[in-house]
Amino acid sequence: MGSHWLGFELRVALRFLLEGRKQTLLIVVGVAAGVAVIAYISALISGLQSSTLNKTLGAQPHISVRAPDDLVQPAALAEPGAVVSGDTQPRAQRIRTLANWQAIAALLERHPGIAAVSPMVSGSGLALRGEATLAMALLGVDLDRYDRIVGLRSKVVAGKARLQPGEAIIGREMATDLGVRVGDRLSLQTATVLESVRVTALVDLGVRDLNRRTVIVPLRTAQSLLGLPGGATSIDLSVKDVWAAQSLAAELRAQFPGKVESWQETNAQLVSALNAQSVSTALIRGVVLVVVVLGIASVLVVSVVQKRREIGILRAMGATRGQVLRLFLVQGAVVGALGSALGILLAMALIKAFTAFVRGSDGLPLFAITLPMSTAVQVALVATVCGVLAAIAPARSAAALDPAQAIRI
Amino acid sequence: MVMASVATDSPAAVAPLLALRDVRKTYNLGQPSETEVLHGLDLQVQRREFVSLIGPSGSGKSTLLNIIGLLEHMTSGTYALQGESVHALDDAALTLRRRLTLGFVFQFHHLLPAFSALENVTLPALMAQGKVSAMYLQRAKDLLAAVGLEKAMNKRPGQLSGGMQQRVAIARALIMEPPLVLADEPTGNLDTASSDEVFLQLRRLHAERGISFIIVTHDPRLAARCDRVVELIDGRVARDEAIAHV
Repeated sequence: MGSHWLGFELRVALRFLLEGRKQTLLIVVGVAAGVAVIAYISALISGLQSSTLNKTLGAQPHISVRAPDDLVQPAALAEPGAVVSGDTQPRAQRIRTLANWQAIAALLERHPGIAAVSPMVSGSGLALRGEATLAMALLGVDLDRYDRIVGLRSKVVAGKARLQPGEAIIGREMATDLGVRVGDRLSLQTATVLESVRVTALVDLGVRDLNRRTVIVPLRTAQSLLGLPGGATSIDLSVKDVWAAQSLAAELRAQFPGKVESWQETNAQLVSALNAQSVSTALIRGVVLVVVVLGIASVLVVSVVQKRREIGILRAMGATRGQVLRLFLVQGAVVGALGSALGILLAMALIKAFTAFVRGSDGLPLFAITLPMSTAVQVALVATVCGVLAAIAPARSAAALDPAQAIRI
Repeated sequence: MVMASVATDSPAAVAPLLALRDVRKTYNLGQPSETEVLHGLDLQVQRREFVSLIGPSGSGKSTLLNIIGLLEHMTSGTYALQGESVHALDDAALTLRRRLTLGFVFQFHHLLPAFSALENVTLPALMAQGKVSAMYLQRAKDLLAAVGLEKAMNKRPGQLSGGMQQRVAIARALIMEPPLVLADEPTGNLDTASSDEVFLQLRRLHAERGISFIIVTHDPRLAARCDRVVELIDGRVARDEAIAHV
């Protein structure tokens, strides 16, 4: 209708909104509060989740490939149809190498979904210094490769990460417990071997318990300490898309004989907690949206009743039903858009306040929250669309008004 | 058929401005409260007529005016507006006819309070085109000047007296230059002085612009100053006569 689409609707809608100043202000602030809650919660939860993930995945591989468990092989298969009564005791699992690990590692390196591959020899033993003895988790790695899996160099708190033969990197708490400083020597003892190493760096792996146990040595040192010359007990992988780890693990499981575990399987509880968090965030967002829609709708319903006469006179003067319908839809959209803009600003202020005032014990922000532009735009769009949706029922009742009756009242 | 004669012989040109035949209007049809307010009414109005519609309350004046104004459907009968049969048209078509053919002035002026006098007058143009062209803006200013409101153009209705508001409403009714203006008690809410002023404006616009007016009124003084009086009693035309002015 006419050359300027919505020219009439937009102008009259804005005037109607300006005229009902208090009502408009209240509902715009209401929408803004809703939008702010949605945007802030989204930013907070995604910040929290990525921080949790970073902390969890910072100290462990996305996928690990290990040698299969030792199984008891029956001496002879029973005759078909024979009834066998027996009890098989499970085997104790010894440390053993992943067969053919060099070839497997080379294959894995060529996989497009895998970012880094690091062979490892791990086992347990004791760390000794003077009178002190601590249980240790011994990790034998190639420093550069392992760094790409867990970012070891960034976790160094003292010294400089270096792993020449006869050198070791140990956890911060272990150093405290044993009274070791960078450059000091330390004895590592396993079932068969005792070897002395020099500490080149202390690391903070993010978990106190890990810091108390972890000793990282060159691959060859660990091989000799654990009696696995030329072997590797596992291959650690880091993948390009963290969330694809599980499906990638399933794919690898079909190809390789080893035991393949993704971080999701290792941290099943964390994953289900994250999922529960996502679901409850979605629920909160849904409820807030419904409240926003109801708020806009109720204000517009009242406005239609208040403006019956004016709608009647507009219809008498030649406004079509479509124009009256759009007049109220536009009001819903304007309220939604204004509220969104204000709400996004409010969310940004909340995020600033959170970053400024909520701090961890170390005085640093607990975790980084940001409101990505895409999220802001998405939330604003959804709220504006909701404004239009909320306006549908009142707009229809306005369009359906009988002009003769509306004027008479 | 000779094409050259179309302009003068077309039905719109020769037919009366409006012709109602055997119009009946029943409210609450089929319910216990069913009431027929117009009982087979006939009425014709020619171009350039200045007609008053009078009658006691409940005689069906407003209903008739709403039917003429395409705001209400009749229950039975026929209605030709400018030679075109309109009683069977749908809402969208009626809306378009209202916009182009009719101007309305109501007892309670019905201006939009959020718009200035000038904006109120240009609303029908905004509605038709989505914007107010320079032509309509100028016409609105001329109309407001013609009803003596050149100094009040930018005032809101709330800042104007009742008589001034009604004059704004008259200017608004004329902005699209309709051939017919319907006025329902245009002075019913005004004191005698304002009432005379508004009526004079209507008469002057009629004389200058050749627009037809149908004015519903209770005021016998005003009715006597129209060119023709149609009196309704109980939903029928009881009197229909021309008035000779001295």
